[in-house]
Amino acid sequence: MAVSAAEELSDPLIWPKEGVARVPYRVFFDEDIYALEHEKIFRGPIWNFLCLEIDIPNHGDYKTTFIGEIPVIVTRDEDGAVYAMVNRCAHKGALVCLKEHGNDKMLTCIYHSWTYDMQGKLRGVAFRNGSRGKGGMPEDFNPEEHRLEPIRVEIFCGMVFGTFSEKTPPFETYLGPRMSGFVKRSMGRPVKHLGMHSQIMHHNWKLYAENLRDSYHATLLHTFYTTFKINRLDMDGGILMSDDGMHHISYAKRDTLKEDGEYAASGVHSAQYDSHLNAPEFMDMFPEIDDGITHAIQTIFPTLCVQLTLNSLAVRFFVPRGVDKTELFWFYLGGEDDTEEETQMRTMQSNLTGSAGFVSLEDGCINEFVQRGTTGSLDKESFLEMGGRDVANSEGSRATETAIRGFWKGYRELMGV
Amino acid sequence: MSAVESTESTKDVMSEVADPSLRALIEDFLVDYAHMIDDGRVEEWPDYFTPDGFYQITNRDNYQAGRPIGIMQCKTQGMMKDRVKAIFEANVFEPHVYCHLLGRSRLREEKPGRYHARTNFQVVRTMQNGGQDIIATGKYIDIIACDGNAPKLQDRRVVLDSRRIDILIVYPL
Ligand code: FES
Ligand SMILES: [Fe+2]
Repeated sequence: MAVSAAEELSDPLIWPKEGVARVPYRVFFDEDIYALEHEKIFRGPIWNFLCLEIDIPNHGDYKTTFIGEIPVIVTRDEDGAVYAMVNRCAHKGALVCLKEHGNDKMLTCIYHSWTYDMQGKLRGVAFRNGSRGKGGMPEDFNPEEHRLEPIRVEIFCGMVFGTFSEKTPPFETYLGPRMSGFVKRSMGRPVKHLGMHSQIMHHNWKLYAENLRDSYHATLLHTFYTTFKINRLDMDGGILMSDDGMHHISYAKRDTLKEDGEYAASGVHSAQYDSHLNAPEFMDMFPEIDDGITHAIQTIFPTLCVQLTLNSLAVRFFVPRGVDKTELFWFYLGGEDDTEEETQMRTMQSNLTGSAGFVSLEDGCINEFVQRGTTGSLDKESFLEMGGRDVANSEGSRATETAIRGFWKGYRELMGV
Repeated sequence: MSAVESTESTKDVMSEVADPSLRALIEDFLVDYAHMIDDGRVEEWPDYFTPDGFYQITNRDNYQAGRPIGIMQCKTQGMMKDRVKAIFEANVFEPHVYCHLLGRSRLREEKPGRYHARTNFQVVRTMQNGGQDIIATGKYIDIIACDGNAPKLQDRRVVLDSRRIDILIVYPL
């Protein structure tokens, strides 16, 4: 990095000498750091999740979203291709698209009626030649110099990603082969929406990025499986990372010992045995992917997660809403040609996750407890040495903070801190 | 979803609940449900449903699009009991209470012993530190089975106006 963030900040951020095994709490509070993240990370050489391709299936469809807090429009033009641009009028900066989704031939800013095509090029300026021979734009006004700020787009496994930077490598290179292969495992098929909601969490966005990578807390904070003695889960698992540490996979395998006999014939797996559940059928699953993994969480830096928990397929996407607020979107998906019975199973399994999820509702408040706990201790730091001090894969154990350290390794490089 | 669609699409052909004592019985039942949650007697919650009762919290977008996944869904009383046990024994959260404010219920009779109700509601959540927020606004879309004097929910869809949940949802609405 040519200019380090430490130099750009009025109060320079000096990272602790222990490296990524420590995180200064200040990064969760500091407005200047938050602003710099928009420049170095969200506008930097990374791919940001924008939306699903199925959100904009037809010519003229558009959807609004965010990169960091920057408002974004994603469109599908007449040529069938997907485009993205900042939702900020080239005139005085008003939002151009107000609706979260729609279909149109042109995008018109309501303030002074400047009109853009679906690729974001300026096509019309109201009263450009004035009225009754007076007013109007200067002679040398050139519409080609005024367009909606473009965002480069790539589509991977039905997900649309965008980047501001010329330097961002192709998406599969950005992820690396192991990570992109695993995305294909869960998302490499036609999907449809089964339900969506979001949740506002009262903490900095990076605490949720950490939480997703925090496999150490899984059975400690979320005691649902142990309380109900659902003992076939979490038998065996591990953490895999991209070479740069930024993206990760956390997986758990089911115990396959009893699988064949009782359930193979029915084609439906009971996800647990001898549990203390009244209605264990809510966790019934159907065979979908033949690798024994029952729980998979995959993060894609900075703000995306793909989950396949039993058959519960969901894309989680989180958006910073200020330095101390984060909105987490849950997009639950099914296979396009799922049977009614399969849809039912995905639906019931969705009770595990989401803002009321048996094994995830605590995550709605736990990071807020960190935000509150660290208030007034901005010169202090966290201690992340579970599983070592380095950034390395951890096959066979999830009692590790290695993936969190991986996140901070990537963060520090991008931010220059 | 078929039961719910019929709630919406056939309400014009369903008749009013004319008998005032039956209306009072159902209205009291719906109020008792809200007080049960507000008073922290959530262990009684499954008893408000038939054994095959269906319960879901979802939002307007999902409901209108006919999407099956909301925020919480139980398709039997057994699943509701698991929810209750999880609240008391498994899930961890900051202590809080709800206060439900109900609007007047619109009641229709599908056939004797089976009634449809829509009730608007708001829920204020009070945290242990005194912080208060309106955390839910929407409508209950209910199918109520009532033979004799004991109404039970056959199907309750809690349809939130907002897709956005503040922090989390632990207790049913
Ligand atoms: S701000 Fe958009 S046309 Fe003026
Ligand atoms: Fe968690």
